[in-house]
Amino acid sequence: MRGSEDQTRRPRPAKRDGQGITLVKVVITGLILLGILIIIILISLSLGPAKVSLRDILAWSIGHGALDQQAWMIIYKIRLPRILLAGLVGFSLSLGGVVFQALLRNPLAEPFILGISSGAAVGAIIGIVFGFGFHLGVPLLSFMGALFTVLLVIGISSRQGGLESATLLLTGVIVNAFFTAVIMFFIATTSDSRLHSMLFWLYGDLSQSKYIQLSISLPLILIVSGIIYFFSRHLNLIVGGEDTALQMGVEVELVKWVSFLGISLITGVVISFSGIIGFVGLIVPHIMRMLLGPDHRLLIPASAIGGACFLIAADTLARTIISPSELPVGVVTAFLGAPFFIYLLKQRGSQWTQS
Amino acid sequence: MDPELILRGVFFRYEQQWCLRGIDFELRKGEILGLIGPNGSGKSTLLKIIDGVLKIPKGEILLRNKPLSTYKRGDIARQIAMVPQESTFRFPFSVFEVVIMGRFPHLGLFPFEGEEDVKIARQSMRLTHTLDLAKRSINELSGGEKQRVLIARALTQRAHIILLDEPTSFLDIRHKVEIFDLISSLTLTQGLSVIIVSHDISLAAQYCHRMLLLDKGGVYKIGEPAEVITADTISTVYECPVLVDKNPISKTPRLTVLSRRGEGETLA
Repeated sequence: MRGSEDQTRRPRPAKRDGQGITLVKVVITGLILLGILIIIILISLSLGPAKVSLRDILAWSIGHGALDQQAWMIIYKIRLPRILLAGLVGFSLSLGGVVFQALLRNPLAEPFILGISSGAAVGAIIGIVFGFGFHLGVPLLSFMGALFTVLLVIGISSRQGGLESATLLLTGVIVNAFFTAVIMFFIATTSDSRLHSMLFWLYGDLSQSKYIQLSISLPLILIVSGIIYFFSRHLNLIVGGEDTALQMGVEVELVKWVSFLGISLITGVVISFSGIIGFVGLIVPHIMRMLLGPDHRLLIPASAIGGACFLIAADTLARTIISPSELPVGVVTAFLGAPFFIYLLKQRGSQWTQS
Repeated sequence: MDPELILRGVFFRYEQQWCLRGIDFELRKGEILGLIGPNGSGKSTLLKIIDGVLKIPKGEILLRNKPLSTYKRGDIARQIAMVPQESTFRFPFSVFEVVIMGRFPHLGLFPFEGEEDVKIARQSMRLTHTLDLAKRSINELSGGEKQRVLIARALTQRAHIILLDEPTSFLDIRHKVEIFDLISSLTLTQGLSVIIVSHDISLAAQYCHRMLLLDKGGVYKIGEPAEVITADTISTVYECPVLVDKNPISKTPRLTVLSRRGEGETLA
């Protein structure tokens, strides 16, 4: 029989007991991942062109001992906001990946699939062309671009109040293609220093992080995550087919609308600060699904925190690997992500798609 | 005893064309009602209407003597469960995880199942002989195993009416019989009432207490299998010449489809 063959060929992840999810399991997994997140943040704080020892940072962070003026400036004003923003961006993109993969019932979906990224990019690039600042003007335009595009895609593909997944995917692909052409047009017709800014934005850049960006995005992300988590059981059922979900009493259309809009909103906000960072929303949910199983009550928090860990680590690499110069973080995630993803597909491709 | 379900003058249309026109019937407690009819005669639509997923513009449905429209979706899901023709999970949920999803309509705001829910799920798995499969991924199962798991999920819903939409269409004969046997024994032991859509008329006739023949959105005939399945009714509704005799063992009607090649002609 085919099933048993598959089992011997692909080792099953050890942690899965197939016995369902309990609150205890979710809390323990969450705490472990939060511990890892804190360790990654502390290590990342200590790394960079200026040396600040991990011990000093530890002492400072628990309130014992002070850093000297210069170290404090570097840690508090430069590294910390950047690390925290990277965390929020990774958190949101990864959360978006899990949710879109479930709603579209497509393991290759990611938060950019509805055109959020290309819309945001057009907005940002127009901002750069007209010489707007990176603190307010460019993020605002890119957020408006993202939201406009998502509303356009949802508007085109909703018929009689229903959102059909295949139509939504196709519309997203086409709108993405169109906006990519617009972006290429601007790149081709720009030649001065603005070109560099454009390219950095397109590959994701966290070097402009400010606390104000955190205070704008954090409350929004918390609210949306809360709503999405409330829908986690609904998402489990939707993965098994919309008809069955409807039958069990899931308001499928409501879950879809709220989730698409919520995710679009938070990813739109974070990428307006960070630029486009690919692969996070694809890879982190897949790793978590392999380790912890597909139940969204566990998968959603694990992916979100895992996404934060992953992007902080990637951004630390981006700012230290060719120091004192910097790479756009999107380059690092793509370098790590693409080969890893191909490896995953080779290993267990049919596990996701076979019926 | 009052019927579990009564339909009176039920109409439905998706677009312009009426696809159900004036359906009347009742589902009695503890019976297996076979729903047969040609493709496009409205069988699946009828199930979705009974399920409350599609709203009817005209007519009346009574679930335990109360209009279906007065129930909330969750209330319906605690009384009626659906077993789909086929279910594809994109991600590798374990069998246990799929079965316990049947508790969805019973959970409140707290999103985790308790010991009682686990007990009910395991009991349903025992009844459907799927306990051994608990840790397997749903996507690795054979067609017959998968159907048994979906039936276990329906039992976990603790519904008293189960609707099955062609549950045996992808199965070989052994697994077809297995599923019908299972449904038949569950009806007896668990006091369920069942509506089952099937294209395998002779097999369904062996298990169903009554059968309903649907034609172009209307009830062509309803009654005991021997009344409904005659050469006359079937060949008229399906527009296909058939021969009906008796199954020598069960004495239920047995259907043989006749080739249109014409009488006396044989394969050269």
